[in-house]
Amino acid sequence: MNKLTLFGISIIAVLILLAIFAPLISPYNPQAIDVDNILSPPSRTHILGTDSLGRDLFSRMVYGARVSLEVGLVAVGVSLIIGVLFGSLAGYWGGRVDSLIMRFVDIMLCFPTFFLLITMVAFLKATVFNIMLIIGLTSWMGLARLVRAEVLSIKERDFVRYAKAMGAGNFKIISRHILPHTLPPVLVAAILGMGGAILTESALSFLGLGVQPPTPSWGNILMEGKAVIDIGWWLTLFPGLAILLAVLGYNLLGEGLRR
Amino acid sequence: MLPILSVKNLKVYFSRGKKIIKAVDGVSFFIKQGETLGLAGESGSGKTVTALSLTKLISEAKFLGGEVVFKQKDILKLTSPQLQKIRGKEIAYVFQNPVSSLNPVFRIGTQMVEIIRLHQKKNKKEAKSYALEMLERVGIPDAEKNFESYPHQLSGGMNQRVMIAMALSSQPSLLIADEPTTNLDLTTQAQILELLQKIRREQDLSLLFITHNLEILKRLVDRLAIMYAAQIVEFGESLFTRPLHPYTQALLSAQPGYEGRRQILKGEVPSPFDFPSGCRFHPRCPFKKAICEKEEPPMQEREKGHFVACHLK
Amino acid sequence: MFSYFLKRLLNLIPLLLGITIISFAVIHLAPGRPAYLKEMDPRISLEAQEQLIKLYDLDKPLFKQYLNWLKRVLRLDFGNSFVDGRKVIVRIRERLPVTLLINILSMVLIIVVALPIGVISALKPGGLFDKWTTFFVFLGFSLPGFWLALLLMLLLGIKLNWLPISGLKSFDYHQLSFWGKNLDIIKHLILPVSVTAFGGLAGFSRYVRGNMIGVLKQNYIRAAYAQGINKGRIVYKYALKNALLPLITILGLSIPGLIGGSVIFESIFAIPGMGRLLYNSAVARDYPMIMGGLVIGAVLTLLGNLLADLCYAWADPRIKCK
Repeated sequence: MNKLTLFGISIIAVLILLAIFAPLISPYNPQAIDVDNILSPPSRTHILGTDSLGRDLFSRMVYGARVSLEVGLVAVGVSLIIGVLFGSLAGYWGGRVDSLIMRFVDIMLCFPTFFLLITMVAFLKATVFNIMLIIGLTSWMGLARLVRAEVLSIKERDFVRYAKAMGAGNFKIISRHILPHTLPPVLVAAILGMGGAILTESALSFLGLGVQPPTPSWGNILMEGKAVIDIGWWLTLFPGLAILLAVLGYNLLGEGLRR
Repeated sequence: MLPILSVKNLKVYFSRGKKIIKAVDGVSFFIKQGETLGLAGESGSGKTVTALSLTKLISEAKFLGGEVVFKQKDILKLTSPQLQKIRGKEIAYVFQNPVSSLNPVFRIGTQMVEIIRLHQKKNKKEAKSYALEMLERVGIPDAEKNFESYPHQLSGGMNQRVMIAMALSSQPSLLIADEPTTNLDLTTQAQILELLQKIRREQDLSLLFITHNLEILKRLVDRLAIMYAAQIVEFGESLFTRPLHPYTQALLSAQPGYEGRRQILKGEVPSPFDFPSGCRFHPRCPFKKAICEKEEPPMQEREKGHFVACHLK
Repeated sequence: MFSYFLKRLLNLIPLLLGITIISFAVIHLAPGRPAYLKEMDPRISLEAQEQLIKLYDLDKPLFKQYLNWLKRVLRLDFGNSFVDGRKVIVRIRERLPVTLLINILSMVLIIVVALPIGVISALKPGGLFDKWTTFFVFLGFSLPGFWLALLLMLLLGIKLNWLPISGLKSFDYHQLSFWGKNLDIIKHLILPVSVTAFGGLAGFSRYVRGNMIGVLKQNYIRAAYAQGINKGRIVYKYALKNALLPLITILGLSIPGLIGGSVIFESIFAIPGMGRLLYNSAVARDYPMIMGGLVIGAVLTLLGNLLADLCYAWADPRIKCK
């Protein structure tokens, strides 16, 4: 395993630890307003400074890690379910089913990503779960194409023909003989997708359409920081770095697994 | 008469990871002015790599050793600009896959004119009329129209004629044809071979013809070299009538229409990562002796102009 | 060529229908009746709710609703905005040119920057240049574009005061000379265009590199060397043209991301484009605007892809001559 992959894994490990032990790690209550300490720069008492309500940035970012981790897992989970289902149906049955599903994929890909996202957000309530659901619902198309291509090549292999000749049912052939072989590329795509989901969530929250304050997420901390960007640079620098590192971690891990 | 090209102890090694692949390992032969030399062997025996390294077309080689003397110059010692003056002008190639050897996004005429103007002082108009003349010479009907065509619009055979026209356009003294008919259907194969023979008669052209198909070589070549496991094992004029190396004998006996007892070779072509000791053919040789496992047989001239590397007498 | 064109046009019909069906489905995201009616969102007045019911025929059966809506969409009638009561299509038409301009400019920027990077790394895969660009590509893939926008804004706009950070025109725009006006707009465009382009840069340079490496292994490249053509000409004429063709499609495929990105960047830089319009509409729950923007955005992408396909067909003789 190369050094960069290891670096990626350690970033994700830190992310997971922060998320699990957030109450133990964060020195302050992330929601605690402190009017005496508004916008204080990084210092010994507040290592990353405070925001415009005097809340401790480090503590808020630690809790923000929870949102990022969850978003990655749930959104990718949703897109995996849809993508694998559609992809394997299309690849295995071919013909009408295939062209119908692939047409659907083409149509979904016509929508400018963020147009679809903010439309759905506008129609649904902006809860954390809905945000994750929406990101999943708008990002499964690549996975479907990938799974379809894999299934197409695997279903021609001898062991699948053999299983068919032995009278195995379609469901059993797909779940036992075909899908396990698609696992490596799908896993890579899923891990890369987690990074993508984190980016999307942070952008949505930055626009005020994602995770709603006071629940801290890296994106909405950045949104609040933008208003005071000229006097509180730390509110822009640190959460952004956190997003960059988290996404980089997933990308490095995904790329490392690809090899 | 001096040979037009003589190759001495040519070695081409590649590396894959930490392993060394000996694609060509000590190959020596020569081609006389105006003759056709056939180079035969199974796929993977190093024929194509030999052909490409004659003008240093193997840039990814880890090691390139020996001598390739062409008109008193050692090609392996030349710089890139010097090589560019030889490639296509003095030594021209015709490759195995005509369709993929022509650039798919340029018209045939454009590609021909480019090569013609690269090697000869001709303006665009002269180059075009010369290209049309060449197309007609290699038997392309409707040259005017096909000049404007793209490679995918022509058949494999027609593309190969174009490749031949391009190769011959600068009147090279040596033409290297690497399996030029392998991917073509049988009738086209025959036509291309006829074309090559006709050109050779008309022009004082030396030809190195590479193939695994001995049937073709029988009709075409003056002399024959047989490659096995990155080396030449037998080389000369009378190979078809009096093969001396057991491998050559086995190859010839596998030809359709062979009269006599057929020899079936056991085993497989050895891996270039790890050749057998001694004579590389010994694990498959029906006549092997104790010495064959230990000592590499030297190339010896058994009869006049007939060389063989084998311990058997 | 003509039959190819016709085929592509016919292909559009099911895709266009699909776009309307999915957009329509979005209105009905919540089970039963649309979420906004159930929730009685305080942001929507009663009057607006009645308007909505009328606009989307929400009191009629689903199929009827869709057909009526489709009929109006085909006439580009998306209703009137809740915010200012003007026609949705008129408001979109006002905002579209800026968004298109920014996206086209950033596409040009992507090509100009990513092409040489990709080609040079392809010439020596694993070499020093390639290693560094790979590193930056990874960084680029992981960098949130809106954060980059904030940083550039902070550095170039606020700290150094080199570039304006909001809007398209300065306050004194009307007093400027002709060239002054142009320069003013260009200055305002530098940051949004660069940031928009940044997102595509990493991916595009990777594609160029990958394609180029693939092409350089082809038989016709070896044949060109065997014909004595020099390396520069082989790389920049013979190989590049082949490597560029598939990139036309990739550019087409990057349109949804680019247009989608305009939501973020136009909001950050306060650019009066379609992205910002859609964003403001989403915040204000201006449903007719949102639906109009969604459908128009998808249709634009579709047209962009069609344009890319036609360019491809025109540039690739293997399709052109069929």
